[in-house]
Amino acid sequence: MINYEKLKASREGFGIGIVKAALENKNILALSADLSESLKLEEFKNRFPERYIEVGVAEQNLAAVGAGLALEGKIPFITSFASFSPSINWGQIRVSICYNNANVKIASSHAGITTGEDGATHQALEDIAITRVLPKMNVIVPADATEAEKATIETSKTKNPTYLRLGREKFPQVTEESEFRIGKANILKKGSDLTLIACGNMVFQALKASEILEKKGIEVEVINNHTIKPLDSKTILQSAKKTGTIFTVEEHQTAGGMGSAVAEAISGEGIHLEIIGVEDKFGQSGSASELLEKYGLSANKIVERIIKHKKLIQNV
Amino acid sequence: MKNDYLKEKARKVRIEAIDMIYTAGSGHPGGSLGVADLLTYLYYNVLKTNASKPSWNGRDRFILSNGHVCPALYAVLAEKGFFKKDRLKTLRKMNGLQGHPERGSLPGIETSAGPLGLGLGISCGMALKAKMDGEKHHIYCMMSDGEQDEGVTWEAAMFAAKNKLDNLTAIIDRNKIQLSGPTEKIMPLENLKEKYEAFNWNVIEIKGHDFNEMKKIKTRKKGKPTLIIANTIPGKGVSFMEGKFEWHGKAPNKSERDQAIKELNKQ
Ligand SMILES: Cc1ncc(C[n+]2csc(CCOP(=O)(O)OP(=O)(O)O)c2C)c(N)n1
Ligand SMILES: [Mg+2]
Repeated sequence: MINYEKLKASREGFGIGIVKAALENKNILALSADLSESLKLEEFKNRFPERYIEVGVAEQNLAAVGAGLALEGKIPFITSFASFSPSINWGQIRVSICYNNANVKIASSHAGITTGEDGATHQALEDIAITRVLPKMNVIVPADATEAEKATIETSKTKNPTYLRLGREKFPQVTEESEFRIGKANILKKGSDLTLIACGNMVFQALKASEILEKKGIEVEVINNHTIKPLDSKTILQSAKKTGTIFTVEEHQTAGGMGSAVAEAISGEGIHLEIIGVEDKFGQSGSASELLEKYGLSANKIVERIIKHKKLIQNV
Repeated sequence: MKNDYLKEKARKVRIEAIDMIYTAGSGHPGGSLGVADLLTYLYYNVLKTNASKPSWNGRDRFILSNGHVCPALYAVLAEKGFFKKDRLKTLRKMNGLQGHPERGSLPGIETSAGPLGLGLGISCGMALKAKMDGEKHHIYCMMSDGEQDEGVTWEAAMFAAKNKLDNLTAIIDRNKIQLSGPTEKIMPLENLKEKYEAFNWNVIEIKGHDFNEMKKIKTRKKGKPTLIIANTIPGKGVSFMEGKFEWHGKAPNKSERDQAIKELNKQ
């Protein structure tokens, strides 16, 4: 299930997906805010130079121009870093894109702590929160490059404003055997003791954690919750009713992110929930793996949290 | 300070910047080398600062808006004694110097920066505060030319003129490159001087590697903010980096680092 041979960043999958989508639909455009290389748009640029639009370092205008193009029938993918788009341009996204219901796809890389050395300013940890609160917006966090490619293609076929959250760092592939449908969470591994719900890079860490826990006799059900909105409450509730306990894990603030979305969905169902994420802190410079460890997001740290919980309930 | 002294300091700053970025394995050499002369001149000949009292209220404020060139700023601050030089090698490492400046993490850092376009507005706020309270210090803001793409830069430019912030001097590192190409290709800026003049600024153009011309940084005009357009060469001092946007944000490898240091050692 974990393909350690194939190390790829989800942004690379986006670069491939947008070319495939563009071959199918001539209305697809790519807009860049001086970060085309980071978003892996080189091939798109070479193959469709007339459908590639450079706006300069101007994220507000990026979103606004995207909205205008979409209202007239194009399908623009507006691209930047997650710490600049959807944050610097949130006002444009709220009204010009979402309130207008403009079919703009916001594809943003360098999300999360694994952005690494650039430090806190470049590590978006709030983007899921500020996009999922917007009416009409879909929010998708692909687990790996394989899924990012599929998600890009599927997203291009919908009419919804969509936020596509991508990462900088290379990780093993975990979704090569999965089907991808927007709004349909994937159970990657069956288990009866506990439900572990992850998105983005954290799906890999969650699977690794489940392997370690399996050796300790804890059977974890691992869910890849790639679509934060619309959330697949059905799959989540079914699993939680079986196991009674949910842990969520994301490369995002615990406030307002994927775990919060799950909390809203299971509220009142009598299910124990723990949300693992960054706890009201900014990030810092460091390597991706050091930062995952430091902020409690590595497989080992996830295992520690789950074992601590198991001990607690055994002592009750 | 005399030009020879400044030249030597700037040379050291460049060597430090290259070594820091090389050791970190990532960072932005183009802009860092390009602003080394300007930052050296500012810290040695313009800014009122006190390394042993970095928060002294009478200090001039230096706002680095284009935070990615911080290796040069860190090196100048260390050279001036704000902190020990051995910290420079921790750039971009866990618990080390941040890849983009963080206020409070180091003495002498007035503001966190990294997202482009944030500095001029902050500088306006600081300049307005000084005016309101009758404080005499001056606010200097360094920006890159890439930052002129951001709308907020122009919002701040209007604000500064409206409020007659003549205690504010902005300096643009006009190196004509940005991340993915030449500025005039990515988003044309010219005529930059006339744009700021139309926004009611006092605009002066200088050669950004000529210490004699840098004397003009102290020019003031009553009732107007001043802009210094400093024409620089990105990657200045390292032949294979000069003028190349490809070196905006890429660390040198071992042999490139060695070649760069060799060239800088001869200057
Ligand atoms: C708001 C924002 N958008 C995008 C970026 C990514 N970025 C970092 S530097 C840069 C290029 C800017 O050009 P300039 O500052 O002139 O670069 P330099 O001349 O120093 O190489 C870009 C787009 C950013 N840091 N902030
Ligand atoms: Mg520049």
